[in-house]
Parts: sequence; C-alpha cells; structure tokens
Amino acid sequence: MIRTLAKKELHTLFVSPSTWWMLALLQFIFAWFYLARMDDYLQVQAQLAQMDSAPGATISIAAPLASVLAIVLMMLIPLFTMRLIAEERRNQTWILLTTAPISATDIVLGKFLGLLAMLSIIIAACAVMVCSLALGTHADFGLIAGNILGVWLLAASYAALGLFFSSLTRQPVVAAFGALAVYFGLWMLEMSSGVVRVLSPNVHFQNLNVGLISTADIIYFALFITGFLLVSIERIRRERGGV
Amino acid sequence: MASPITLSAHNLTRFHGGRSVVTDVSLELHRGEVLGLLGHNGAGKSTTLQMLAGALTPNSGRVEVCDFDIARKPALAKACLGFLPEHPPLYKDMRVDDYLTFAAKLHRVLPAQLTEYLNLAKQRCGLTDCGKKLIGTLSKGYQQRVGIAQAIIHQPAVVILDEPTVGLDPTQIRDIRELIRELGNNSSVILSTHLLHEVENICDRALILQQGKVIFNDTTDELRRHSDIESSFIRLTAMPTEGATT
Repeated sequence: MIRTLAKKELHTLFVSPSTWWMLALLQFIFAWFYLARMDDYLQVQAQLAQMDSAPGATISIAAPLASVLAIVLMMLIPLFTMRLIAEERRNQTWILLTTAPISATDIVLGKFLGLLAMLSIIIAACAVMVCSLALGTHADFGLIAGNILGVWLLAASYAALGLFFSSLTRQPVVAAFGALAVYFGLWMLEMSSGVVRVLSPNVHFQNLNVGLISTADIIYFALFITGFLLVSIERIRRERGGV
Repeated sequence: MASPITLSAHNLTRFHGGRSVVTDVSLELHRGEVLGLLGHNGAGKSTTLQMLAGALTPNSGRVEVCDFDIARKPALAKACLGFLPEHPPLYKDMRVDDYLTFAAKLHRVLPAQLTEYLNLAKQRCGLTDCGKKLIGTLSKGYQQRVGIAQAIIHQPAVVILDEPTVGLDPTQIRDIRELIRELGNNSSVILSTHLLHEVENICDRALILQQGKVIFNDTTDELRRHSDIESSFIRLTAMPTEGATT
C-alpha cells in the first residue's frame, strides 16, 4: 500500500513539465557552481602544490557544492511538501485517502517515500557530476560519500518536517512558509552557541560535510525523521478519529 | 426483509461549532436495497453520508459496515465501502485509467483482477473511450462519471453517492439511474438527492432529514400513499417550495 501511494506521488511529479524544467534548472545551477569552484581551484593549484598538507580537489570542490545543494533543497522542499497533504485537502481529493481502507501510517510513509525518491534523484544527479572529478584527479570517494549521505539525510529531515506542517493545515502556502520558517530557525541555531546548537540539523550536516561520519549524527537524523513522521501520523490519525 | 443488513448507523450525532448538524440519526440498509436521502439544503445530508463513509467521525453514535465497526475496524469496514463525495475527489493531472487503477489499489483490489475491474467500471459508467484522457480536460458530466467509477471499481457491498446526478445532462442522468438500479441488484446503495423523481424511480426506501433529524424513514410507496411524492415531501418538511426542486 505504501508503495502504491509513493508511486502515485512520484508519477504526479513526473507528469508535470514543471518538474522536468526544475530538475534541468537545478542541474544547470549545480554544474555552473561546480565549474566555478573547479576554476578557482585550478587557479590556486600552483600555490597549493607548495604547501605540505594542502586541501585536495574533493574538499575544495565537492564539499562546497554539497553545502549549496543543502541550501537549495531547504528552499525547495517546502514547495513539494505543501502539495502532499495541504493541497490535497484544498483540492478535496484528501477524502479519497481518508475513506480508503488504509492507515494513517500508510498515507504518511507513502507520501514521504515518494518525495524522498524524487529528492534522491536530484541528489544522485549531483553525485554523478561530482564523481567526474575522478576523471582528472585522485578523488576522495569517502569524502564524496559522506557529503552525499549528509545531504540526503538533511533532505529527508526537511521532508519529514515539511510533511508535518502540511498535515497541520489545508492552506498549501501556510504549510510551505511554516516549514521554511522553521528551517531558517534551525539554521540560525547553528550560529548560536551553547547546548541548543546540537538541535540544528545543519550542525550535524557540517560534520558529514567535512567527511566525519559519526554514529551520533546518524542517530540524530534518524530521530529527527522518525519523530516528525510519527507526529504527522498521529495528527492524521486524530483527524480521522482515532485508531 | 430477509436479506442481510450491510450498513447500519446508530444514533449518529455531529456538532459543528457548538451547533448540532446531525442529531440522533439511525438507519439500516439491506443488501440489494437503494435508499434515497432527501432534505433541504443544509439539512445534514452530506454530513450524514460522510459519517457513514468514515470521512467524518461522529461526536456520538456508531456505524457498522458489513458487521465491522467503522471506528474500531476501519480497514475492514472501509474495504466494503465505495464513496462519491459531494465534490468528486479527482486528481486533475492524472489519466482516467491511472486514476481508477490507483483508486482500485487503494481499496485493495488484487493485481490479477485490476484490468477486469477497471474495464467493468469504465463500461458501467460509459468511460470506455476516455481511458487515456486527462481528468482535468473532461467535462463536468464526465468527471462526475469518473467519480462514480472510482466509488464502484472495487465492487463494494455498500455504495454511498452524494448527489450523483448533479451536473449531468438528461441522457446521462438516465444512464446513471440505470446504473444505480443495476448496482442495487448486488450491493446496497445510499444516495442523496434533491430530485424527488429520482427517489421515486430508483429508490426502494426514502429517508427525509430536516435540520439534522430524521422525519421520515419508510418505503417510497408509503411516501406516495396519500398524494404524489412532491406534495408529501413538502407537507413533511413543512417549508413550502424552497429546496424542493423537481
């Protein structure tokens, strides 16, 4: 059942030409940024060669690209998540799901996984581009893997949070801005000092960004995602009246 | 009546903003029966149907579909239900076939039966030539048909239709009435309508709601006994002409 719902979400995304335009545009932006970083790197390469432990091509090119990808996804994901539930309510198609013999868990997980598949495509396209570094130099695939994993976990967290906001309202715009406001809040937390800092997903992304894959960060993301999926499920269960 | 009860509601009550919209509505539906739900605008017809379909939780009372309590065993109860809401829940950017297949899968139709069920539903609703069309490009009448097809595709025991003939032309109305009659052979159908002749032609029983309360619940013959159905309805609801379109 979850697969049926996820496939339907993905199908809806890909029948619309705007999705293809958006994917093309994103890929163009990432490619532009990638080439710009590459250019910068080649210009300072002569100086770097004289240093002892100079930063490699991967950390100078792939890591900043992953950061940009993370920021772009932060802006983009609310536009997807608002469609998932809030827009269905407004278009009065939501009732098809609530009167079907499926559970709130099926609905939430189906929609989440459908969106995650779409986000994975964006991230994968970027990853393939970054791997092309190996054509010209010795690429650090461990670092690339860490970055991709980081972006993917961050995207999944944003999707879970956005889905929760979508489940709260029947106004897609409210859902999108609510989610975006919280993303920004969490991003701001990163710049603060003290204990609250660890609440920000961006802090945990930073570790993966520099190639540090630690269990604590992975657990943080897993908890973040599971937490917001659970409250979304609970919210929809209540709306449908128990069970 | 000897045939088994497929849908029963006991003392349904629902409040909206402190005001009760539906009060103490009970009804029973037998297999092979077509029940018409009548009433003025705002009498609580749609609210009642939504509660029967499990889209809205009653503040008190319970609904049983095929002996399953819809609040306790929603998955089993809802699998026996097909529901067409007031606004057909259509994804405008999907093709008719894709949409109906999705609706069938949601209602747990087995993969092996999908094509057969899809073709039957399309044939019954006169959609055989529209399978590849986008729902958004269809006319209102055809969209309504897709809505009905969505409600019957999994061949449920109980079909709930909220104003199924709205927006259809006279030929289509006739077709849909025939379809409802046909559905009434194997399943139970409950439909709400403003059209009294519709009730007269296709319903075995009628239930009239007035301000959320049941004021009449008997066979259509009973409704016709003293005078014609229209004047009976007007007499019962005691609000001359308004809402009683024919």
